[in-house]
Amino acid sequence: MESNQVMKQIKEKYQQVEILDNHLLVPETDIKAVMKELRDAYGYNVLSNETAVDYQEYFEVIYNICRVPEGDMINIKVKIDREKAEIPSVVDIWPSAGWQEREIFDLLGIRFTDHPDMRRILLEDDFEGHPLRRDFKWVGGRD
Amino acid sequence: MLKTQEFTLNMGPQHPATHGVFRLLLHLDGETVVKAEPIMGYLHRGIEKLAESRTYTQVIPYTDRLDYLAAMLNNLGYVQTVEKLMGIEVPERAEYVRVIVSEMSRLASHCLATGAYALDLGAFTGFMFPFREREKLMDMFEMICGSRMTFNYMRIGGVADDLPEEFYPAIKKFLKEFPACVDEYDGLITGNEIFQARTKGVSVLSSKKAIQYGMSGPVLRASGINYDLRKKRPYGVYDKFDFEVPVGENGDCFDRYNCRVLEMRQSHRIIEQALERLQELPEEEPLNAKVPKVIKPPKGEVYHEIEGAKGVLGYNVISDGTVNPYRVHVRRPSFINLSLIDEMCRGWKVADVVAIIGSLDIVLGEVDC
Repeated sequence: MESNQVMKQIKEKYQQVEILDNHLLVPETDIKAVMKELRDAYGYNVLSNETAVDYQEYFEVIYNICRVPEGDMINIKVKIDREKAEIPSVVDIWPSAGWQEREIFDLLGIRFTDHPDMRRILLEDDFEGHPLRRDFKWVGGRD
Repeated sequence: MLKTQEFTLNMGPQHPATHGVFRLLLHLDGETVVKAEPIMGYLHRGIEKLAESRTYTQVIPYTDRLDYLAAMLNNLGYVQTVEKLMGIEVPERAEYVRVIVSEMSRLASHCLATGAYALDLGAFTGFMFPFREREKLMDMFEMICGSRMTFNYMRIGGVADDLPEEFYPAIKKFLKEFPACVDEYDGLITGNEIFQARTKGVSVLSSKKAIQYGMSGPVLRASGINYDLRKKRPYGVYDKFDFEVPVGENGDCFDRYNCRVLEMRQSHRIIEQALERLQELPEEEPLNAKVPKVIKPPKGEVYHEIEGAKGVLGYNVISDGTVNPYRVHVRRPSFINLSLIDEMCRGWKVADVVAIIGSLDIVLGEVDC
C-alpha cells in the first residue's frame, strides 16, 4: 500500500490526527497507538530516525519510519508542551529509539517517560542545560 | 564449578581497536564478557548546534567531519537535502561527477575498514594492502579538490570544480588494477584460515534483531536483508547503473566483513559506468545549476536519506526562510549501528570484542557528531 493511503487510513481511524503536506501530525496521547498500528498492521518495521526541534513556543518530535526492505517512508510529528517537555517513549515498539531518545534528552531536554535508561549520552553527566534549545547561552562561537 | 569474581576493564577511550575515542567498559567474568557499557561523546563537537549559526553553504565543511573516512558521501547527503528543499535540479554532468567521487569515497572507507579489520585481528600484511589502494584514492581526491580527507567538494546545485585533466588517466589506471587488488585481499584476508576462525560464527546478528534496532548498511545486509537505498529509493542518477547488492547469510562478523569486500567490486563497476557516461557528455555542459547568490530556501522541512559507506545516512534540514538553517539533524549510521554493542558482546571473549567492534565499522566523528 502506498504511504499516502496508509496516512489516510490512519486519519480515518484516529480523528485527531492531521495530514499536513508530507507528514502526519499526531497528538501526544495517540502516538503510541498510532505507532503500534503502523508497525503491526501496515508493516512499517524500522524507526529510521527520531529527532526533535525547539520552536520556542513548543517542541516538535519527529519520527521517520520506513518499511524494510521495500523502502517507503512515513514522517510523523508530535507537538509537545515546552514547559512540561515530556512524551511517552516508543522504545518498546522500536528498540532503535533507545539511543536516539537519549540523544534528544541530552541535547534538547525532552524526557521520554517509560524509557528504561534516560541518561545523557553525548555530554558529561554534570553538564548544565541542553544545548540544542534555542535559549541555550554559550560562550564563544558566532552570534 | 569454580566461582570467579567479576571485574571491570576499560577498553578505550584511547585504544587502537575502538577506531577512535570510544570507551567500552567491559564487565568480565574471567575472559568472558558479562556486560559491555559503551561510553561516548569524547568527540562531540555539537555540529548540529554550530550549523544553526552558519549559512547553508558554510555547513558543508562541517559535514566532512562527521564520517571523515567517507566525507564525499556526507557532502552529498547534505547538499541533496538542501536541493530538495529548494527544488533545484542538478545538471546531468554534475550528477555523474558526484557519483564518481561518492563511490570513490565508499571505496576509500571500505578499504580502511577491511585493512583495519585485518590489523585488529593481528594481520599486519593484510592491513597494508588495502591501504595501498586507499592511498591512491586519496591522491586522486587531492587532484580533484586539494584535500585528502575533508573535501568540501560538493556545492548546493552541483560541485565546486571540474575534474582536472590528470584525474582521468589516474582513475583509469586505478580501475584497471583494482579488481586484481580485491582478489589479493580475498587471498590474504578473506581466505585466511586464522581470520575465518576468528570471525565465522562470532556474534551472529539475526535479521529480526537487525531490523528492530534499525541497523543499516553492510551490517544489515550481512544479516540477509537486501536493503540498499541506491536501489530501493534511488537518488541522483543511481537508477541508471547496473550493479548488484551483496547480501550475507549468517549475520556473523565474517559476513559483515565480506559484504564490504563484495561491495567494493560493485562500487568499482559503478565508477566504470559513470566515467563512461561522463565522457560521452559534452564538456561545455555546466557543473552547477543556476543557484541564487544568497541561498535562502523557502520555509519548510526535508528529511532525505542516502546510502552512506556505513549505512543509511539521513539529513533533516528545517528552514525558517532565513539564510541560516533553523535546525540540522543528522541520522548517523555508525551511531545507530553501535547501539546493539552490549548485546553483541555478551558471552564472547575479550579478544572477540575487538572482532565485533571492527566488524561494525564505526567512525567516532559520526557517532559523537
